[in-house]
Amino acid sequence: MAVTDTAPAKAQTISHAHRRQTLVIGWLLLALAVFVAVFFAMPTTGTASFRLAFPGDLFTVPNLKVPAAPYAWIVAAVLAFFGVRQFLPGAAKWSGILFGIGLLLVVTAFLTWATAGKSFSLTGMLQATLIRAVPIALGGLAGVLSERVAVVNIAIEGMLLAGAFTGAVIGSLLGGTIGLIGAVLVGGAFGLLLAALVVTYRVDQIIAGVAINLLVLGLTSYVSSQVLTHYRSLNNAPVFRAIEIPFLSDLPVIGPVLFQHNLFVYGALIMVAIATYYLFYTRVGLRARAVGEHPEAADTLGINVYRLRYINVTLGGMVAGFGGAWFTLGSVGRFDDNMTAGRGFIGLAAMIFGRWHPVGALMAALVFGFADSLQQKLAILRTPIPAEFLAMAPYIATIVLVAGLIGRARAPAADGKPYVKE
Amino acid sequence: MSEQNGSDTLSTQLLKRAAPGRTDFEDLVILPVLAVVVALVLGGLIMLATGVSPSAIGRSFVALFRGSLGSLTAISETLTAAAPLTLAGLGIALGFRAGLFNIGAEGQVIMGGIAAVVIGFSFEGMPIWIHLPLALIVGALAGALWASIAGWLRAATGAHEVITTIMLNLIAMRLVDYLLRHPFIQKEGRADPISKNVLPSAELPHLLDWVDPALRLHAGFILVLLAVVFVWWLLFRTTTGFEFRAAGLNPDAARYAGMRSGLIIVLVMALAGALAGLAGANQVLGVLGRASPNFSGGVGFDAIAVALLGRSHPLGVLLAGLLFGALQAGGRQMQVSAGVSLDLIAIIQALIIIFIAAPILMRAVFSFALQKTAR
Amino acid sequence: MDIELRGITKRFGDIVANSNVNLHIRAGEVLGLLGENGAGKSTMMNVLSGLYRPDEGEILIDGKPVHFRGPGDAIRAGIGMVHQHFMLVPVFTVAENVVLGVEPTGVLDHLDLVKAREQVRQINEQYGLQVNPDDLIENLPVGIQQRVEIIKVLFRSAEVIIFDEPTAVLTPQEVTEFFKIVRALRDAGKALVFITHKLHEIHEVADRISVLRAGKIVGEGLPGQTSDQELAEMMVGRPVVFEVEKKPFEPREVLLDVRGLTVLRDDDSVAVDNASVSIRSGEIVGIAGVQGNGQTELVEALTGLRRPSSGTVTFQGKDITQASARERHRMGFAHVPEDRQRAGMVSDFTIAENMALNTYYAPPYSRGILMDWPKIYEDSARNVVAFDVRTQSIFTPAGTLSGGNQQKMIVARELSRDTKLLIASQPTRGLDVGSIEYIHKRIVAAREEGDGVLIVSSELDEVLALSDRILVMFKGRIVAEFGAGARKPSKNEIGLAMAGAVA
Repeated sequence: MAVTDTAPAKAQTISHAHRRQTLVIGWLLLALAVFVAVFFAMPTTGTASFRLAFPGDLFTVPNLKVPAAPYAWIVAAVLAFFGVRQFLPGAAKWSGILFGIGLLLVVTAFLTWATAGKSFSLTGMLQATLIRAVPIALGGLAGVLSERVAVVNIAIEGMLLAGAFTGAVIGSLLGGTIGLIGAVLVGGAFGLLLAALVVTYRVDQIIAGVAINLLVLGLTSYVSSQVLTHYRSLNNAPVFRAIEIPFLSDLPVIGPVLFQHNLFVYGALIMVAIATYYLFYTRVGLRARAVGEHPEAADTLGINVYRLRYINVTLGGMVAGFGGAWFTLGSVGRFDDNMTAGRGFIGLAAMIFGRWHPVGALMAALVFGFADSLQQKLAILRTPIPAEFLAMAPYIATIVLVAGLIGRARAPAADGKPYVKE
Repeated sequence: MSEQNGSDTLSTQLLKRAAPGRTDFEDLVILPVLAVVVALVLGGLIMLATGVSPSAIGRSFVALFRGSLGSLTAISETLTAAAPLTLAGLGIALGFRAGLFNIGAEGQVIMGGIAAVVIGFSFEGMPIWIHLPLALIVGALAGALWASIAGWLRAATGAHEVITTIMLNLIAMRLVDYLLRHPFIQKEGRADPISKNVLPSAELPHLLDWVDPALRLHAGFILVLLAVVFVWWLLFRTTTGFEFRAAGLNPDAARYAGMRSGLIIVLVMALAGALAGLAGANQVLGVLGRASPNFSGGVGFDAIAVALLGRSHPLGVLLAGLLFGALQAGGRQMQVSAGVSLDLIAIIQALIIIFIAAPILMRAVFSFALQKTAR
Repeated sequence: MDIELRGITKRFGDIVANSNVNLHIRAGEVLGLLGENGAGKSTMMNVLSGLYRPDEGEILIDGKPVHFRGPGDAIRAGIGMVHQHFMLVPVFTVAENVVLGVEPTGVLDHLDLVKAREQVRQINEQYGLQVNPDDLIENLPVGIQQRVEIIKVLFRSAEVIIFDEPTAVLTPQEVTEFFKIVRALRDAGKALVFITHKLHEIHEVADRISVLRAGKIVGEGLPGQTSDQELAEMMVGRPVVFEVEKKPFEPREVLLDVRGLTVLRDDDSVAVDNASVSIRSGEIVGIAGVQGNGQTELVEALTGLRRPSSGTVTFQGKDITQASARERHRMGFAHVPEDRQRAGMVSDFTIAENMALNTYYAPPYSRGILMDWPKIYEDSARNVVAFDVRTQSIFTPAGTLSGGNQQKMIVARELSRDTKLLIASQPTRGLDVGSIEYIHKRIVAAREEGDGVLIVSSELDEVLALSDRILVMFKGRIVAEFGAGARKPSKNEIGLAMAGAVA
C-alpha cells in the first residue's frame, strides 16, 4: 500500500487576509500616484541636475540632468499602472516587489522635485549612504548572530554606545588601532554579560537588553560628565582616514561610492561575508542555527546549547563594539552623550527586514543609510519640510518595515525563549 | 446525607488559602531590598574607580540620604519626583501584566506633556475647576493615542511593540523639538525652543503652601494615589483586568476562552499610554509650568525599572516609585554637596533592574542567607 | 551489544520517577516496555540515552559500568533514541538533520553536505527506508519524519535503538510498515527497546515484555503467553475494565448540522475540504484519523476560533457559521481543547481563576465590569469536589497539577455548566488510566443528559469504545462513516479509511 505523498494540497483560492493586503497595496499605489502628480509634477518647473563627477575621477562624467516635472509625471503614470495591476487577477505574487519598486520611484521623484532648479552631488550622497549604513549594518549583523541562536538582543544600542565610548577614550590615550581593539573587546564584554544574564540566570531577554542599554547609557554619561569634561585630552581620538584602493577608486561613480572608504566600511563588508560563510557553510554554523530553531533537538544530539549561545551572543557584542567605534574613531573622534541616537534599534529593524540573514541585513541597512543621507542632503537643499520631520524619516521607515508591509519574515523558531535543561 | 456533608467539608477546606511561604516572602521583600543594597554598593565602587575620594563617597551617600528623607523639603522633593515615575510605572506595569513590553513610555510622557501645555496656556479666563481637569484629561488622551499606534500595529500586523514604541519615542522627541519652535507654541520673544507658560488656572496647586510656599509637592500626588487604587481595582476586581492578566499569561488560552486579543492589546496600550501621558501632564502642570526640550528627563525609561522593581503590582510600583523618587531627590543633593554627577543614579537604577530581574543570580550569590529553590 | 540497567533511581525534587529499576537489553531482541502515562518509562530511557543522570544505580555495557556525562557520550557508546516528539529541525533538510552533531567537514570547517547526502542514501538502501535527503522536514508527512529519526540513529552506528511511543502518530498501515523495519533491525543484530502503553502492539513486535508502574518494574511477560488482562493489571495495579458502559443509542433531533465546510490553514492550504457532518442530541460522534488531516481545523471552525472559507454550520436551526467563540459558549457549546497546556488553561492562574476562564464575563460571576470572586470561589470548590480534581486548595496554580487533574479541571469547567454540545479533542492524551476512565465516564454521562458529543481522537480504541457513529477524516475530507445502527466496524476497516484507501 503506497504511503501518503508529500506536501499538502495548496489552495486554489487565496485567503481573505492575503487578498485584502493585495487590494490595500493597490489603493496605496494609486494614492501615491496622485500624491506624486499633485505635489511633484504639477507645481514644479526646472531641471534637476545631479552631479556625478567626483574630484579625482579618471575621466569626468557629465551631470545627469532630469527635467523635474516630466519625470514626476512618468513616475505617477507608472505608479498608477502598478496600482491598477493590483486589482487584476494574479496580482498577489507581485505585490511585494511592485510596492518596493513603487516606493523607490516615489523617492526618486521626490529627489528630483527637491533638486529642481538646483544641483547636488548624487555620487556624494551614494557615498554617504554607504558610510551611514555601517553602524546599522553592523548592529543588524550583531542582531543576526544573536537571534540565530534564539537570543533576542535589544542591547545592541548599548553595545554600540559602549564601543563608541571605549573607542574614543582608549583611542585618545593609545591611538586608533588600540582604541578599536578596546571597543571590540568592550562590546564583547557586554555581549558576554547579556549571554550570562539570559542563558545562565534566565533573565527575560528583553528586560536584560533594556537593562544593559540603561546601564551603558548611565555609565558613559557618568564617566563623560565626571571625568571627560575635566580631562579634554581623553576625548580627542584620531579618526581613521579613508583608504583609497588604487585604480578602482578613480573610476567615476563606482570609485568614490565603493572604493574610497575607511577601515570601517570595508570591515563591515568583510564581516558580513564572513558571517554568511560561518552561518550557512560551516559545521558550527549549522549547529548554531539548530540551537536557534530547535534547541531541544540539538541538546539530544550532544550539542552544547548553552555554550553556543554564549559564543554567538558574545561574537555579536564584538561586532557591535566595532560598529560603535565607527561613531567616534570612524567619524568625529569625540564622544557625545547618547550619540548612537537609536541606530541600534534601526539595526534590529534591518535584521528583521533582511530576514535574519547577514546580507539581507546589509541591504536593509543600505536603505536606511540612504534615508539618513537623504535627510542630510535635503537640509542642505533647503526644502520646505522642516529638518525635524526629515530626521524622523528613518524611524518612520523602521515602523513601516517592522509592520510587515513589505514581505513577511519568520524568525528562528526558538527566538526569545530560554532553554532549560532538565 | 453524610456524603453531602463530606463533600461540603471538603469544599470548605479547599477554600482556605495557603499561608505565604518563606520563598514567597523572600521573592517579594528580601530580594528587592538586597538588589537595592547591592546596587548602591556597586555604585560606590564605580565612584571609587572614577577617582572620587573615599571621603567624597561618604559625603555622597550622606547627601543621598539627606536629600531624600532628611527634611520636610527633602520629603517634598522625593514625593514630587516620585509622582511621574509612579504614574508612568503603573502604565508600564499594566502592559507587563498583559504581556506587552511598553518601552515607549517616554514618548507617551512627552506627548502628554506637550498636549497639557497647549491646553494650559490657552483658554485665558477659564475657571480652574474646568481648566485644570481639562488639561490633565487632554494630556492623558494624547499619551493614550500615541501608545495606541503601537498597540494597533501589534494587533493588526504583529509588529513587535518593543521596536515600534522605541521608534515612536524617537519620533516624539523630534516632533517636540519642532513644536517648541512653532510660533503657536513658542514663547513670545524667545529664540530658543521653549513653550509659553501655563496659565495659573491650569496649574496643579501646591499642597504644602500653608507650611512653606517653596515646597514643590503638588496636587498631582493625589492623582498618583488615585491611580494606584484604580489600577489595582482594574487588574484584580474587574472583568477587563481578568482578561488582561489571562492574555498576558497565556494568549492562546485567552483566545480559546473567547477573549478578543486584538482589542485587549489596543486597550492595554491605550490605558498605559494614558497613565504615562498623565505623568507628563503632571510634570508640566505641577512642576515645570512650561515645556522645553527634554522636559521629560528620561522618566519614561526610569519608570521601566520602577515597574520591574514593583513586580508589576500597583502597590509595589508605588513603593518602587517612592524609592526612585528618593534616589532622584537625593541624587540632586549628592551632585550639589559632593560634586558627583547625577548620572550615577542612572547606573544604580540600571543595576537594580538587573538584580531584580535575575533572582537566580541573587540567590546564587546570597545562598548562605536564602532558601534553596527546587528549580 | 548487551546493556543492563542496575538499580536505577531518578528523582525530581520530591517525586521519584524511577525506583530501583533493573532491566536487561540483549542484541537481536526486541524488549517491549509497557506502562501507562506517568509510569516513568520516558524518564528511564532518558537516563539510558544520557539526557538525565541517575541519582542511584549504574548502567553496564557488555558487563562494564559506564558513565554518561551527556547525550553525546551515550551516542558514542552506541545508544540511539527515537523520541516520541521528534527531535528534528523543521527548516533543515533530511541530510542536515541526520548529520547534525556528527557532521562531515572539510577545510575551514566547511560543511560537506555532498558527503552527508551520500551517507544518507547508503543507509536508505541498507535498510529499505526510501527517504530523500534533500527534502525539508516541515514538508514531510509524519511517517516519513519518523524514518528520518531512524536514519539518524543508524548513522551514528547505534547498536541499541530505543523507540519511545513510536506509533502514536501513525495510521494502522504505517504501523505495519514500521514493524517490518523494526524486525529488519532486530534481524541485523541490533538491540531494540519498544516503549508503549498500547497492549496489542506489544504482542506483535516484542520478544519480551517488562511492565513499569509508578517508577518500578512490577512484572515480566512473554507475548502470546501473558494475556492482555494480566498485563493491564500489572500496568495499573488493579483489574481493568476495557469496555465503557453505555445505554443503547436513542438519538433525538439534530443539534449541529455542518454542510460543505471548507477551512483553510494559515498558509492558505486546504485543511478541511467540503466536509459535512451532523450530530444529534444524545449521540456521540467520533472522528478517527491520524493528526494532521484537518481535525484540528475542523474543531476550530466548529468552536468559532477559525472562519471557514465556505460552507455552513447550523445549531438548533440557527446559522452560526460566523458566530464568535463566546457566542457559541452562550448557546451551550463546551470545548475541551487538544492541547490543554497551551489552549485549555492558564498555568499561572489558580484553579479558581481557571474555572472562571470562559464564564467570568456574565452573571453570576460578574455584574457589569465587577467580578464576583466569592461566588467564583464557592462554585470552584464545589466543582473541584464533584469532578474529582485532586488538589489541596483552589488557590494552587493550575500548572502544578498532574496532567490528569488538569484535564479533569478543564472538564469540570466545561461540563459544570448547562451544556448542549460537547466537543472534545484528544481528551485523554497523556493521561493515566484512572483519569482516562473518569473522563470517559463523564463523556458518556453528558450523552445521557441529552448533549450531543463530538470526539476527535487518534486513539482508535477510544473512538471505538465511546462512539455511536464513527467518521474518518483523511486529507480534510470525510471519507467514511460507520455505525448508526449498523454493526461495529473492525479496526482494519477504519485503518484503511484513515490511510485513504476507500472502496
